[in-house]
Amino acid sequence: MKLKQLEGLLGGLKQFSNPKVELEQYPTGPHIASRMLFTAENSYGDITDKVVADFGCGCGTLSAAASLLDAACVIGFDIDPQSLETAALNAEELEVDIDFVQCDVTKLELKGQIVDTVVMNPPFGTRKKGADMEFLSAAMKVASQAVYSLHKTSTREHVKRAALRDFNAKSAEVICELRYDLPKLYKFHKRKEVDIAVDLWRFEPRQN
Amino acid sequence: MRLIVHNMLTCNIKGVINKFPLRIEAEKVIKKEVDFNPDFLRHMLAKIEWKALVDGARSMGYTELPDHAPALESDEPFLRKFHHALLELNLEEGSLVCQESGRKFPVEKRVPNMLLHEDEV
Repeated sequence: MKLKQLEGLLGGLKQFSNPKVELEQYPTGPHIASRMLFTAENSYGDITDKVVADFGCGCGTLSAAASLLDAACVIGFDIDPQSLETAALNAEELEVDIDFVQCDVTKLELKGQIVDTVVMNPPFGTRKKGADMEFLSAAMKVASQAVYSLHKTSTREHVKRAALRDFNAKSAEVICELRYDLPKLYKFHKRKEVDIAVDLWRFEPRQN
Repeated sequence: MRLIVHNMLTCNIKGVINKFPLRIEAEKVIKKEVDFNPDFLRHMLAKIEWKALVDGARSMGYTELPDHAPALESDEPFLRKFHHALLELNLEEGSLVCQESGRKFPVEKRVPNMLLHEDEV
């Protein structure tokens, strides 16, 4: 599948109808989602025929992208039942198979080495401090091959240090810097649109 | 919920030691055909907790899996059964039960709800 085609398909997905600010629910736009997963597969072979987990899947954009790139199995994890319903509808629309689990990803304990790759657009920690690091810690415990995650560029040094020192990362690389454009979603947003510099990270866990 | 997912879920209630596997109480099971990918299945064979898969499949009405995975894993009839159990059986409605605490995690519309109550964390 070509990048443009992937981006086009993701653009048709339904997003949060009533986003919950305390969960930092922001859609992962098709531009970022397509590039993230396309790179994960084409540069690193981490998606096709792999078991992929999407942590904090929301409406399932990253999960859908993984499915469209022929992951063998995609599992979306999220705490919010409404998002999971939307994600299930999106999967049906695209005619892809995605399993969903409702849970708190930061408290999840998964057994074994079944998950190859974790992909995620985690909360940045603007509402619940440290949420971004909690998500990363959880992902590093679950992935046997790689973790792809988005974090604010302003946190780059902090993320690298935490991953290598505390979360069992063998490597922590910024693959590229992207602009995440956030439309005015919540009442407290003053500007019509704002764009944030984010890093797309690839982490490799040490073998257990 | 498919059995590939069940094979990784545990009970994370504080203090529980015997967290895996969760026993399945099936109310509604559906079957959905999935493309057969033998290379992927061979790769999964090493990672799957076999007894949990066999018991899980039985709870969902599928009894064709052998008690042990055969030594010759390229055996196609076996891979077909493995494929069916792992990827094509889907628990639509039911519960996942922690063997130690008895806590039931509901499965509704194919989604298991693993959220803990405040006193379980």
